[in-house]
Formats: sequence, C-alpha cells, structure tokens
Amino acid sequence: MKPAPFVRHVPRSLDEALKILADVAGDDGRILAGGQSLVPIMAFRLAKPAHLVDINEVEGLDKIADDGKALTIGARVRHAAFHKPVTGNPLGALLAYVARHIAHYPIRMRGTFCGSLAHADPSSEWCLTAATLDAVMVAKSINGTREIKAAEFFDGIMSTHLKEDELLAEVRLPLLPADARFGFYEFSRRAGDFAMSASLVTYRLDGGKIVDARVGLGGAEASPRRIPEAEAELNGKAAGDAAFRAAGEAASRAIEPLVDHQTDADYRRDLVRVVVRRALEHSLT
Amino acid sequence: MTAHTKGSGGDGMKWVGRSIRRLEDPALVRGKGRFTADLPAAHWVRFVRSPNAAGTIKGITAPDDAMVITAADIKGVKKITPMLHKFSYRPVGQPILADGEVRFVGEAIAAVVAASEEEAEDIADLVEIEIEDALPLVDSRAAVADGARQIHAEAPGNVILKGEVKTPGFDEVWAGAAKIVKIDARSNRQNATPMEARAAHAAYDSITGRITLHCTTQMPHLMRTAIADCLGMPESDLRVVAPDVGGGFGQKMSLCAEYVLVTWLARHLKSSVGWTEDRRENLIASFHSRDQYIALEGAFDKDAKLLALRADVLSNVGAYSCFPTTSGVEPLMAMAEMPGPYDVQQYQCVARGALTNTCTMAAYRGVSRPVITFTLERLMDKAAKAFAIDCIDIRRRNLITTFPYKSATGLEYDEASYRQTMEMAVEAINVPAFRARQQLAREKGEYLGIGFATFSERTGYGSPAFAARGMAITPGWETVHVTVDPSGFVEARIGSSPHGQGLRTTLAQIIADEIGVPPGMIKVVHGDTDTAPYGWGTFASRSLVISGGATLIASRKIRAKLLKIAGHMLEAAETDIVLADGKAKVAGTDREVSIAAMAREAYTQTHRFKGEIEPGLSESGTYDPPGTFSNACHVAIVRLDPETGHVRIERYLVAEDAGRIINPMIADGQVHGGVVQGIGNALLEEIVYDDSGAILTANLADYMPPTAHEVPPIELHHMETPSTQSITKAKGLGEGGTIGPPAAIVNAINDALTPFNVEIDTIPATPQRIRALLRNAERAP
Repeated sequence: MKPAPFVRHVPRSLDEALKILADVAGDDGRILAGGQSLVPIMAFRLAKPAHLVDINEVEGLDKIADDGKALTIGARVRHAAFHKPVTGNPLGALLAYVARHIAHYPIRMRGTFCGSLAHADPSSEWCLTAATLDAVMVAKSINGTREIKAAEFFDGIMSTHLKEDELLAEVRLPLLPADARFGFYEFSRRAGDFAMSASLVTYRLDGGKIVDARVGLGGAEASPRRIPEAEAELNGKAAGDAAFRAAGEAASRAIEPLVDHQTDADYRRDLVRVVVRRALEHSLT
Repeated sequence: MTAHTKGSGGDGMKWVGRSIRRLEDPALVRGKGRFTADLPAAHWVRFVRSPNAAGTIKGITAPDDAMVITAADIKGVKKITPMLHKFSYRPVGQPILADGEVRFVGEAIAAVVAASEEEAEDIADLVEIEIEDALPLVDSRAAVADGARQIHAEAPGNVILKGEVKTPGFDEVWAGAAKIVKIDARSNRQNATPMEARAAHAAYDSITGRITLHCTTQMPHLMRTAIADCLGMPESDLRVVAPDVGGGFGQKMSLCAEYVLVTWLARHLKSSVGWTEDRRENLIASFHSRDQYIALEGAFDKDAKLLALRADVLSNVGAYSCFPTTSGVEPLMAMAEMPGPYDVQQYQCVARGALTNTCTMAAYRGVSRPVITFTLERLMDKAAKAFAIDCIDIRRRNLITTFPYKSATGLEYDEASYRQTMEMAVEAINVPAFRARQQLAREKGEYLGIGFATFSERTGYGSPAFAARGMAITPGWETVHVTVDPSGFVEARIGSSPHGQGLRTTLAQIIADEIGVPPGMIKVVHGDTDTAPYGWGTFASRSLVISGGATLIASRKIRAKLLKIAGHMLEAAETDIVLADGKAKVAGTDREVSIAAMAREAYTQTHRFKGEIEPGLSESGTYDPPGTFSNACHVAIVRLDPETGHVRIERYLVAEDAGRIINPMIADGQVHGGVVQGIGNALLEEIVYDDSGAILTANLADYMPPTAHEVPPIELHHMETPSTQSITKAKGLGEGGTIGPPAAIVNAINDALTPFNVEIDTIPATPQRIRALLRNAERAP
C-alpha cells in the first residue's frame, strides 16, 4: 500500500498550473486537490499517475461567490466550507444539509467540492447535487475556458468529459427561487459510508401544487442524474404521500441499477423507491 | 452502567476485585508502544501474491537486477504440515512460497527484497506470474460434492477431517419425540481484523549467529518451535519477541508462512529483514474464520423439553491447515460444544472440514461458539414458536441448573449460572415494558424486536482438553517464574503473551495479595523467548485462569518463604506473621520488617539462615487445569426498517458470569470489545468471494467492521460464581462478549420480522438479505 513513484508539481498560479498540466497530461498527469479519493486509490495502486499537479497553493481557487444568479465554487473549496450556509439563498441551507452526509469530519476538512465532481464517484453527494441543480462546470486549459452542463459532464463510473489537460477550475450552481423547498435522503449501512442510493429533490409550491420539480438520484446508476419520470409524477400534484410514493415508484422503475456484492438489482430498486420518497418527505420538515 | 454483584468477599483480599488502572496504559496512551513495524531494517520484503484462486504456475519473470525469492530458492525449507491423530484427519502441507500450484487468491508466490518497502512494492509490480487456471472451488458444499476437483492429493473428496459422535440411546429418544424443530444456519466468512496487521522483523547477529525475530504473535514460544522446525535450525539459535501487539483475536495464534520466510531471509542475507503487511493483504491472505453451514435439529417432548440434538457441521477451512490447532479448530469445537447451556443427553453430530480455494481458516475470538450459539439459540426461538410459548419460557425449561453436569459429549460443566444470568437480564431489560412499546410501534408501522442469547463458554482449559482432539502439538499448561529481587521489587516472567488483555495488571493484583506488595512494584514480563519460560501464549480465554493459576502457585511459594524468613528475622512463629503493605508484621505486636529488607537478606545474608532456608527469592509455578465454564445472557433490542432492511441496535445488555473477577474494569473492557466484534459478525462483516475465487471485500470500505455509530451503549451486569476448577476461582472471559451478539441480534431481528412471516438464519443479517426475504413475502400471493 505504497503509491507507485510520481512527480509532484506545486504551481502557485492558475496559469502555471494549466501549463504544467498541459505538459504532463499526455504522461498520465492528474490534479491533486484534497486527495481524499485519489490518494487512497494510489495507495492501492489502482491509479498510478506519473505526475501530480498539486493545486493547493494556487491563488484564487478558494473563492465562493454569490452574484445574485449563481453560486460560484472554486477548485480549492473544501466540503467543510459548506457546514454553515454560504449564502442566504435556500441553496445555502441545501448545501449545508447535504455536506453533513459526506463521509466523516476529517475527510470533509480536506476533500474539495470540485475534486469530488472531477472524481465522479456515482455515490458522491456533490455529483448528485450538481446533477440535480444543473450546475455548470467551468473547465480551463492553456487553450481557454469551456463550460460544460452537468447533464453532459458525467460519463459513467469515475469518468467525466473533462479533457486530460483541463482543470475543473470552478463550478456554478444556479441559485434557487426564494420559495424553493428541498429534501435529501441517503442510505448506507454504516454512518459515513458511500451511499447505496441517495436522492436530492427541489420544487416550489404554487397554489398548493408542486411546480419545477427536480428529482436527482445518486449512487444507483453509473452517473447521478435527474429522473424525469419521477418529476412528472410530482409536477401539478399536491405535496404529499400519494405523489411522493408515485415518484419513488417511477424512479425505481426508470433506473439501470448498479450491481455490487451488497446490492443486487432488486435491492437497488427497493432503495431508490425509498430514498426518493424520503427525500420528498424531508422537504416537508 | 455496571452492577457488580459480589459473590465472594470477606476473605481479606485487597487488590483482587478492584478496578485499578492498567499498568500497560501509560506507554500506549502516550503513543510510546513498541510495535514490530517500528524497527529499522536493512532489507524489506514485499510478497507477490497469486491473483488466481487455483492453477499451475507456468512462469515467474522478474527484473534482472531484482532480488526475488521463489519456491525454487528455498528447497530445504519444510512445509507447514499440522497434524491431528484423530477424526480421519488428512495432513496437507503448505509450502512457504507456492510451489508449482496456487490454491487461493493471495497465496504468496514470490518475495521481493529491496532496501525500502516502497522499492520492494515497485519491483513487485514488475514481477509477472503466468498461471494456468484450474476450476476454483470456493464454496464448501461445492468442494465436497461428488466429482469435485481434488485440491490436495492427500485429501480425497476435499474433506480434511470428519468427526462423528452419536450417543447410545439417540435413535430411541429421537423416535419418541413429540416435535422436531429444524434450522439451516449459514455463517459467512469473517476476518478478525486486528488493528495491527501482521508484521515480522528478523535480525541476524554476526557474533553468535542467532536470529532475533520480532513479530506480532499471540504465541512467541510456539513460533520459535515451528519456525526452527521448518528451517531445521536449533531453537536456541532463534529468539522470538512479541513486542506490543495491536490485537490478535486468534488471527495471530497460527504460524504464517511469511514469518518463516522473513527468518530464512535474515539467515540467508546475514542481515536484518522486515515485512509489514498492508490491510489489503490482511483481508485477503491472513487467516479467515466462521465460514460454516450448520443444519441442526432438535427433538422435543410435548412440554418443549429438549431431548436430543442432531447436527451436521460443514466448515470451510480454506486452502491449507493452520498450525498448531489444525483446521479442526472450528468443526471439532462445533461438534464438542454444540449442546451449549442446555440439558440434553442425546446427541448426534457429523462435523466435516472442507478444503477449498480460499484463504486458510484459523481461530477467531470465540472460534465456533458465535456460530453454534447463533444456530442453537435460533433453534430455541423456532421451537418456542412451534410450541406457542415464550422464548424465555422455553429456555427456563431447558437450561442446566444442577452441577457438576456431564454433557452428551462428555464435557464436565462446573457450577455456573445459566438460569440466574438469564433472569437477571430479563428483569433488567424489562420485557413487559418492551412488549408494550413494541405493540405501540407496530401500530405506527415501526418494527422493534427483542432477542436473547444464553450460552456456556468453555474457558481456561489445559492439556487434557486439547489432547482429546489428538493434536500433534498439544497446548495447555502454563509456567510462571516469580522473583523478588534484592531491592524488594517483584518480577513475574510468564509464558502467556498478552496483547491487550491487561494481564500485566491482573497478574500483579494476584501477586500483590499473596506477598503483600502493591501492584506498582510488580512487573510482569512476557513475550520474549529469551526471558519468559516456555508457554503457549494467549488465546482461548485461558491466560487469566491458567497463567493466573500458575502465578498464584508461584506466589504462594514466595509467600511461604517470606514467612519463613520473617520468622527468622523477627524470631516469631510463621503462623503469627501477616504480610501486608510491603511488610511482615508479627500480629498483635509492633515488630515488623520490610519485604525489601527480607529480600536483601534472602540474597546477601543467607548464612544467617543456617541452611534452613534456600538462598534467593525466586519460585516457579505450573498450572494445567481441566477447564471451567463461563456463561452469559445477552439481550438485544433492535429497530428494523422494513423498507431498506436496515437494523439499528437500540439497546444491548449483557449479564455475565466469569467467576471471580480480578479487575472489574478490565473485565468490562473485554466484554465491550467482544460485543462490538459480535455486532460486526451479526450485521456487517463478511468476506465475499466471487465465483472465480476473487475477494470483493479487500478494503475497509467493503469489509465493514462496526464504527462508533453502529455500536449502542452496552449495559453490563455481573454475577460471580467462583470456579471450582480454577485455583484463583476466576473463569475466562476473553471471548464471551463475541459469542452472544449474532444470536441475540438475529433473534431480535426475527422478533421484529414476526408480522411479516419471514425468518432470517444467515449471518451477517445484511439489509440486502433482509429485503430479499421481505420482497419475496410482498410478492407472494
């Protein structure tokens, strides 16, 4: 459990980081941010990057900014930054609630929001958040800046459409309407483990009926995504047990379940049914 | 939350029975413990392990300039071949490095030697192994099926041993039973997961030619004997040291091939060589346990009195047999101890060990008892249901209450408190209040359950018990040397090898009471074959009973000698002298002499004794007891989420009787730690192999020991039934905590599942398994 040999680069500026990344990208170079996922898989030698571009000293990547339309989160922002709401918009409370479910406290002190997205673990709470809220990923390289929609960013288990010379420099999360409600629920066998299914929902109530429903699902398929079949069961309905159950059933039917030794396809569908409904129930509390 | 019920007392004892702080802890809590991996070495080893479960090695390719040792380099080293002379045991040998054939994923094929662990791992990455696959046999039932490929030439049908027992009146009683109740129990595979994985460090002394092997082991002397045997070297040329050991739990009481190889390398290189196992290696290639199928039937009369038990035990022992216990350790214990705490005189059992292409099985805390207790206690709950009586009631009708009791397998149970501890637990948990709460919860769609486990635990057994298994290596006795040095300080050298049990403290308490010095002046020395007397180490809930007994014997000799010396020095009759507070006093007078002064006299003024007292103040004690039975009742209250299958333990209670308690705090700690491991066994921990024999749970995210979140407060109640089979009156309790939880928790889950009409008889009772049962029930018409 010793990583294979690698060269660590410690750039001080974004330009320097992008230049080094361009130089080493073809030679199996990877970005090191919080290291909470990459370093363990390096220890197992499941990843053997020849170069690590350590961005922890890069200036300007630690910003969190609310410009009235979106919340911008820089590549060095740690999970723990969200323990308290970072904005008065309902998004702040949403992120604070979700953040508490990420692994354990020491991991939240080091792991980063953007690093989690770039790592693209199917169970990641932040990947689920980005997919549910239609985040915009801002990728930078020496060739310029590219914006990628969340729905076009994830590419299966631990894979994204980032190019190898691109750094996920920041992520923009659209602010929620002032009257937005949210709910979140995840299931794991032990506290802090990867979720075996997780759901994040947002919606508004208009005359007692659900509008603008978003139902995000993580940990159940190769990539987190919104489940339109579940959203269709909610929009126009009263927020309550009947609609919530129908949404859970719809999500359970809609998925292509991930299968592993502790979760067969039937069990994954069971969990999806439950986490979607419970996330919706949480939105009422 | 501990209620200590003192059954003894009034005998003037002073240190025994007190929760004094552990003498071990000041170093450990300051991070000053000394562990094997802390030692510097000139060379480090990385093992290249088989990625295939079964097959023939066709080629090994290593970088030209690398030092890579394979079987071809160590032709003179003997295989590890443990032996039983009973039960149709087939001796199978384990080569130190795979020789021609591989038999499980993780088997060591080559050892890379380099100047650092990092370099060794880099080189190991470049070693290419070509293996021609054979069909792997992973499950024990597949391995013993007709026509299965034979894994070892020596073991036809892949059966390494078969034990059979049947009492003379069995058939008649069975035929006359009012009701037969059956369970097919499945216990999946576990890894003991000590916090410190395996490690070895061997250093060659160029002056004497001796090797000092530091390793993380529970039995240093036996390591010396076994490794010297394998290497064909004099035992006196090998010193084995167990420094601080970060947990053993049985995984470290077997010889590992890696330690033999590290010792060989140090001799070969005439240098120092280190190996530190990583967690992945530990999970795939250290020893596993508890992989058993047990079919158990109980024959009851019309009043739910158990008349007879019939068991079929199939234990998956993995690819090889562990030394010294052999792979009989699980199946034979299951056979001998299946009847547990119940009065049942008719018994039939067949117990087999199946060789498979999986990691070798060895002892893990409790060995077979967590599995047989789970099976038997599930059977009792099923029987209660079949007779429509309460699960406590059926136990009241069947628990042993008269002692000594001779079991159907010939074990003699000394006095215990099976019934009393259960009643203590029943009262403490308040069953009627729980049932009311359970009913209210059900009405709200919430599912609570309560489960009981009563068990007996054979502890502190000496050589006769092991000899009954026909072991070529028969452990049992212990020797302790107690010395009062000329300054009056005491040193006890012991053959046991504690690694977290607190024996340095508890033995000091025993000595303190005998010879009248405080524990702070008593050092217990262990774990070094150069300084400790030959002994069997620490395992099987034996050390406090057996080493404790030997300590008491030696201390009484010291005491007798001190009384003689005091009689001389104080010119008084020995019977008038009291030893206490570091002094000998003549009762009723102010005449006294310090033990330090007597000790000085015993070495430096021996001429004054006029030949009536031998010089020096050093005595030896050896103890080899028959064994004594601890017992306990565990109760779990669980909350089941039927939609996810998740189980949360709301309350956990233990009523335990381990005879006289030497140090209540240490006893509580043992029970706490054991219960936590038992919770893992019941709900979480499982080594999963796929059909190809690869392990899917090779890290601590996939193999899941409980964390603090999954462990409820554990409520302990003690009774003390002083043992008549142990001179300290203490019984063993190292394993008890681990034995009860699978039974108590899974019984509680099944109680919660009652409204759904499904039952789970598999451990761990994972949410996936519980949901599968419920889903099938939901789909049923």
